Amino acid sequence: MGETKDVLILAIESSCDETAAAVVKNGREVLSNVISSQIELHKLYGGVVPEIASRKHIEKINQVIEEALEEANVTLEDIDAIGVTYGPGLVGALLVGVAEAKAIAYATAKPLIGVHHIEGHISANFIENKELEPPFICLVVSGGHTHLVCVKDYGEYEIIGRTRDDAAGEAFDKVARAIGLGYPGGPKIDKLSKEGNLNAIVFPKAHITDAPYDFSFSGVKSAVLNYINGCQMKGETFCQADIAASFQKAVTDVLVENAMRAVEEYGMKKLAIAGGVASNSSLRCAMKEACNQSKIDFYYPSPIFCTDNAAMIGVAAYYEYKKGTRHGWDLNAVPNLKLGEK
Amino acid sequence: MRVLALDSSGLVASVAIVEEEQTVAEYTVNYKKTHSQTLLPMLDEIVKMTDMDLQTIDAIAVAGGPGSFTGLRIGSATAKGLGLALNKPLIHIPTLEGMAYNLVDSASIICPIMDARRNQVYTGIYRFVDGEFKILEDQIAISVEELIQKLNEMDEKVVFLGDGVPVYAKQLKEGLKISFTFAPANMNRQRASSVGLLGIEYLKQGKTETAREHEPNYLRVSQAERERNERQKAKESKEI
Repeated sequence: MGETKDVLILAIESSCDETAAAVVKNGREVLSNVISSQIELHKLYGGVVPEIASRKHIEKINQVIEEALEEANVTLEDIDAIGVTYGPGLVGALLVGVAEAKAIAYATAKPLIGVHHIEGHISANFIENKELEPPFICLVVSGGHTHLVCVKDYGEYEIIGRTRDDAAGEAFDKVARAIGLGYPGGPKIDKLSKEGNLNAIVFPKAHITDAPYDFSFSGVKSAVLNYINGCQMKGETFCQADIAASFQKAVTDVLVENAMRAVEEYGMKKLAIAGGVASNSSLRCAMKEACNQSKIDFYYPSPIFCTDNAAMIGVAAYYEYKKGTRHGWDLNAVPNLKLGEK
Repeated sequence: MRVLALDSSGLVASVAIVEEEQTVAEYTVNYKKTHSQTLLPMLDEIVKMTDMDLQTIDAIAVAGGPGSFTGLRIGSATAKGLGLALNKPLIHIPTLEGMAYNLVDSASIICPIMDARRNQVYTGIYRFVDGEFKILEDQIAISVEELIQKLNEMDEKVVFLGDGVPVYAKQLKEGLKISFTFAPANMNRQRASSVGLLGIEYLKQGKTETAREHEPNYLRVSQAERERNERQKAKESKEI
């Protein structure tokens, strides 16, 4: 057996409002992770504007890629394959990354690997937890996604639960707007909740009868809106912090309950969380406690790997590369790409 | 000099390799908007067919707008990726100038029109004088009525081309008091060979940019920005 050669992936992510590029070595070591966030721009509009996001991506993408190569102290020649998010996400935004990645792979005659955005989020857990290997259960929670996934092997997924309406992060954004906190809602609610009483108001926890692992967040969101309306009708003031804390508890409780039930049902010893909402301190805390009680190993990425980033895409691309996944020059952006479908 | 040229600004997807004395290859499809799936395979096809070594290209010319926002970005991102990987400069060709170059040395003044929706066209007015390309009216988004007025004032023979022709032919015929023609079917849409030919002129004049610098010129802000600006204007006028 000869010495195994290192595999370097250049990864590109542009599915929503972050333009990102990274260099990842052997699927576990992040040599660089450059993210250009547009959040300040979208704040003006109270949410991500697809056309503005796409315009920003094309402005920034080369700079971000060049910085990623520079920081990793490598050149394109050292790269073994190009990984890129091709869905799900905003189609115009995805197309920038996909067209750019294809052109780079084509011009350098390197393999092209299209990566599922959620597969990337799940794979973020491999970066800092070198010992983590499938199988495990992963809860993916972000502004656009809420999925409970059984990770059977690298690149092999079974979706066991999903949201029926709003994504968890979306509910945070909408509630934050309703109580006057602004966009993005997740971090603001998280922060304000620390000053509030989480048992002040009981908001409903939706359970779906025929699909025990599915989620619904539009009910709790509506309950918050009704509560605020009720207060205003009666001329009463409401406590922002109490609403934030109570709402956050209602969401967190359901996420934890469903995830723990999945771990037990599937006989897993490991649970991971991923996605932007995985940075939420209350969710992390509650998950940790539940896992401790059930003697389950709990994994979560640092916030920088929870937010949309390209390092996680590089990790996922590495395992796809190992499996022989290669995409052609006709790779398209697929805004509603399903996990596990290729 | 050898230029690789791309145009995906409209319904047409077109790629070409152009030299000063000849077009080495051109592949143009005027069918459906699937540029994301077609543009790079088309390029791959002509590169293979002509045994082209991409390192022998001096620059990459791209129709940089106006046009379909998404189409422009597919062309721009492709050009930027190629430029980054090959370490070659980019040439930003205004879409309507590239189209005017379909009709090099025309005796008439040249007026490409693209359907810009919202009752507007993207257009410009150009002419060749002793082989030299002149811009009479730089590319702009205006109503077809405004365009008709401008052309009537110029009082010269005009040749039209572009996907705006079938949309506005009736209005043009009714409104124009000057003589005019429509370019023939082999010349009346975007062609990457024209983008490449003008690209060589730009290259000679040193009008290049880095792949990093390049971004499309949409000629229009996004709908969200437009609405926000309108809201702010309304608010300001109320305060006054």
